[in-house]
Amino acid sequence: MTQSTANFINIGERTNVTGSAKFKKLIVEDRFDEALAVARQQVENGAQIIDVNMDEGMLDSQAAMVRFLNLIASEPDISRVPIMIDSSKWSVIEAGLKCVQGKAVVNSISLKEGEKAFLEQARKVKRYGAAAVVMAFDEEGQADTANRKFEICERAYKLLTEVAGFPPEDIIFDPNIFAVATGIDEHNNYAVEFIDATRRIRQQLPYAHVSGGVSNVSFSFRGNEPVREAMHSVFLYHAIKAGMDMGIVNAGQLAIYDDIEPTLRERVEDVILNRRPDATERLLEAAEQYKGGTGKKREEDLSWREKPVGERLTHSLVKGINAYIEEDVEEARQQAERPLHVIEGPLMDGMNVVGDLFGDGKMFLPQVVKSARVMKQAVAYLMPFMEKEKELTGATQKEAAATILMATVKGDVHDIGKNIVGVVLQCNNYEVIDLGVMVPVDKILRVARERKVDIIGLSGLITPSLDEMCHVAAEMEREGFDIPLLIGGATTSRIHTAVKINPNYRRGQAIYVTDASRAVGVASNLISETSRGQFVADIREEYAKMATAHAGAREKKDRQPIEAARENRLKVEWPGYKPTRPSFLGTRVFEDYPLEKLVPYIDWTPFFQTWELAGQYPQILKDDKVGEAARGLFDDAQAMLKQMVEEKWVKAAAVIGFWPANQVADDDIELYTDDARKETLAMLHSLRQQMKRSSDRANMALADFVAPKDTGIEDYVGGFAVTAGFGEDEVAKRFEEANDDYRAILSKALADRLAEAFAEHMHERVRREFWGYAAKEKLSNAELIAEKYQGIRPAPGYPAQPDHTEKRTLFKLLDVEAKIGMKLTESCAMWPGAAVSGLYFSHPQSEYFGVGKIGHDQVVDYAARKGMELAECERWLAPILSYTPGAEPEEEAA
Amino acid sequence: MTRDERIAKLKVLAKERILVLDGAMGTMIQGYKLTEADFRGERLKDHAHDVKGDNELISLSQPDILREIHLKYYRAGADIAETNTFSATRIAQADYHLEHLAYEMNVESARIAREAADIAESETPGRVCFVAGVLGPTNRTASISPKVSDPGFRNVYFDELVTAYKEATRGLIEGGADTILVETIFDTLNAKAALFAVEEVFEELGFELPVMISGTITDMSGRLLSGQTPEAFWNSVRHVKPFSIGLNCALGAKEMRPHIDTLSRIADANVSAHPNAGLPNEMGEYDQDAAQMSALVGEFASSGLVNIVGGCCGTTPEHIEAIAKAVKGIRPRNIPRIEPRLRLSGLEAFTAA
Repeated sequence: MTQSTANFINIGERTNVTGSAKFKKLIVEDRFDEALAVARQQVENGAQIIDVNMDEGMLDSQAAMVRFLNLIASEPDISRVPIMIDSSKWSVIEAGLKCVQGKAVVNSISLKEGEKAFLEQARKVKRYGAAAVVMAFDEEGQADTANRKFEICERAYKLLTEVAGFPPEDIIFDPNIFAVATGIDEHNNYAVEFIDATRRIRQQLPYAHVSGGVSNVSFSFRGNEPVREAMHSVFLYHAIKAGMDMGIVNAGQLAIYDDIEPTLRERVEDVILNRRPDATERLLEAAEQYKGGTGKKREEDLSWREKPVGERLTHSLVKGINAYIEEDVEEARQQAERPLHVIEGPLMDGMNVVGDLFGDGKMFLPQVVKSARVMKQAVAYLMPFMEKEKELTGATQKEAAATILMATVKGDVHDIGKNIVGVVLQCNNYEVIDLGVMVPVDKILRVARERKVDIIGLSGLITPSLDEMCHVAAEMEREGFDIPLLIGGATTSRIHTAVKINPNYRRGQAIYVTDASRAVGVASNLISETSRGQFVADIREEYAKMATAHAGAREKKDRQPIEAARENRLKVEWPGYKPTRPSFLGTRVFEDYPLEKLVPYIDWTPFFQTWELAGQYPQILKDDKVGEAARGLFDDAQAMLKQMVEEKWVKAAAVIGFWPANQVADDDIELYTDDARKETLAMLHSLRQQMKRSSDRANMALADFVAPKDTGIEDYVGGFAVTAGFGEDEVAKRFEEANDDYRAILSKALADRLAEAFAEHMHERVRREFWGYAAKEKLSNAELIAEKYQGIRPAPGYPAQPDHTEKRTLFKLLDVEAKIGMKLTESCAMWPGAAVSGLYFSHPQSEYFGVGKIGHDQVVDYAARKGMELAECERWLAPILSYTPGAEPEEEAA
Repeated sequence: MTRDERIAKLKVLAKERILVLDGAMGTMIQGYKLTEADFRGERLKDHAHDVKGDNELISLSQPDILREIHLKYYRAGADIAETNTFSATRIAQADYHLEHLAYEMNVESARIAREAADIAESETPGRVCFVAGVLGPTNRTASISPKVSDPGFRNVYFDELVTAYKEATRGLIEGGADTILVETIFDTLNAKAALFAVEEVFEELGFELPVMISGTITDMSGRLLSGQTPEAFWNSVRHVKPFSIGLNCALGAKEMRPHIDTLSRIADANVSAHPNAGLPNEMGEYDQDAAQMSALVGEFASSGLVNIVGGCCGTTPEHIEAIAKAVKGIRPRNIPRIEPRLRLSGLEAFTAA
């Protein structure tokens, strides 16, 4: 199932005086007891955080905030969840922070008042030990386009993480949900802009979250609840897919995506996704029918009441309607042979529908909680009948078949599945001790011991529960248990049970149970003296096989051992190969390189990408959709470029070098001080592709392009560092100070292009003159861009050599900083930003490739070759590791 | 050795071996059977209120006794002495009408502990002894109402706590403490105020000391008095990136174990445990002897749960000596790398998936 919906965090919105007229009335009239009931109700309905807002002109907001939070602190049912302290006044937020012992969330801070105030507040929030919602709001106002939303969030993220030391995981961005379908055309794309911004934030700002006030989106349909609910549901359906992982919602009231009447849903979707120009009119038209919605709903109610009883039960469960449940259950009971069959039949079918909808992201937790309540009511109705049946058959005299302890593990509050399993087991004459939700391991084991239970069953729905289950298993082992451990719940799986949980519990056996219907069969096998031995032995064998297969599969699928990859290196016919000797050895500096020489080498396609205009240059200028924008941009760029070159806004400089070199130790390149090749100058390290090959393609490393030392061939490599960025910061700053951000960005983008052009131009000169291995080459710019020349110039930090730290060696070799003033930062970024550096390889078979994911064996070897700590090496190579650092022992064990 | 050098040494030692904290202070003072006049000393002989039982006062009136107690613990094998400042805050001293001495108590306590540390170091060349400046919980709670009929009422607020804790922290640092230890936390809001104060003082001074945090699980519910689970508690205080997080008081080692186990799994800081010598008997006395207690604490170490151990109520230098022996040569717990996730808390922890 998709975890995105299960993991979506519902923030209760009803304890907000600006959003709830009812709550406002209670606070203004000083009816705090009833106001507390609103808070409690939200938690009961599935709110995982509650938002508290007292921003109301008629109130002393600060006093109301303090009083309400102090009252909440005395209500464990409410204060068990974290609080979101919501106010537009910092003083109210700060007063609130002084009342909560838990880790709260501040809602919100922003760049509205500038960086200084923002950083000050962020530091305070951190000192109070809270997380923060950060609005996409800056000195110029609230962002409404995806670009601005993202830019503000990115800027805030950098300030928070780099300047204020704020943990990125404690940042929750609110990129502003605005009303759509307001009748104003500019508003039509607001939901789309939010969703796009969300996607970029989640992709590019690691660990940060995205939240928002969902009900804003439907503001223009005030008074038409059915349409509003549909809009919220559709909006969330798409925003969650894009990565929105929290939202301020009315936890008790969300329509189910699949349940929205198809015409309405389509029209709502048109509006949310801005799919057609007349979307708003069409929704307004449709909305009329839903106005005063309850009347319309009642009509629909009648229609579903006419369906067969099974479908009616499903309908009630999915919708969480309890009005008819007893009457329908009674009808089903009369049709069924035994009352238990109603549970195992139609009620379970209904709950499976709920489970599927939830799994597909079409139902939200609060709705599922409602369904569970209806289910409980149905079961409660049937219980007396089942008791009576037992009495009649004399079953009460019989001892319980076995005692089973059930619990949802610590950290998890989901218990529907567990409750169903419990009911089914009870109906089959098992004694069930249900410890409820959020049960810590010591309690599970204590009760298990005291009550001498025969089986322990664990349930969990969210991802972290998997770890907790592993822990329970390990604790059972440590405490000397040997009774079976059943594992169930949405995120659990047979493979996880076999590979991760079971190995922790060698004395007993962990068993995965697919669903409630299997629980009875598994339990009866486990307690039967005759079948238990064989049953457990079978499972043990099955799990052992799965664990081995899993370990093997990962190993095989992901990568091959580095030795094997080296065997499969690029095949080069070295004997007879005669490398060209460069025209000079050592380095050469090019200062103040004429910019006009670089202009013809500019590759414009990436320039348009910088501006998020997709398409190839020059075709992009004639594109139907973006052509006009592209042309305008291109004209501005040309004009500025002309000025830039003529007036020398920026200065270009380069240093290149060539050295005698040979491949050594499979994947390294040894550089020598001179032609004698006696004294080693430096060692370049390369990484090798480790993917398993089914074809005859090689597993390449850059070292493959240089003749091995033992061939005796005198080979060479080159290196370069070029920049066109001296002065770019000053130019950009000049524009920024004149509030001309457009030109500021344009100037930087052009400096970038010039640097890339310089690298291309210099590479051409290297091929033709300085190294001279392709003296006769004559290629057009298009052919250059298409890399139709011999030799490559790969840059450290790019796919062929993803290790940025190799730049350190390169910069030392070229003595870059002393020679031309370009610098390398601690994180191996280059200054000025408009710069390129890399190596030159001349062999005809050399080509660009991506190293891809690499294995632990290669990293260990690579770190040793580089003389780097393994952990540090893993940090630099994190994006290309095929394993989780620190997790190897586990893998080896499995 | 300067304080900076000692702090650096402390961090290195924590990686190499399990560190040992000292044991109870109150029971040791009781052993000297001090009278009202002893507590007062010359300086407070005319104070209008009784002060017997104000243990922090002996830092001023009986420095020799205090130094001797610290020295006994250092000689028993404690690496870290806890200053005699459990109630040396303006708020707690109000009970004795001695608010005005709070600052001085902190300075003197830290200074005397340092003197004992210097003596212990000179007795065993090469040894480094540390002083942890203690910030106690005060006798009031910021998140619980003392009035049953008025749950919104509080008899202490965050700001008052911050003021009192800032004063105490400045005193401890002036007196020579190497770390700040916020301990016996039964209300996390009080602790958050203490940590807030400590960070403010660090900012004022322009340097930082390692911060140690120790909560108290008050009963078998497995929660702090204010209702938080250990994990929720950790989420509430982890923002200060403490040197250590742990538990002390109220429970014996056996009852404390599951909660230490929890912290050990979730915390990316050193984990400390300084339990009582068992649970109190009907007479309110602690029965666990040095051998029994050190066996239990030793198991914490051998199971890889802890980095720092020690004792609380009912423990004596014999207990600490036995504990120090029990953990000797056992590798300290590896500090796990914790995945960055949004981890909030109310009374319970909430982790965003």
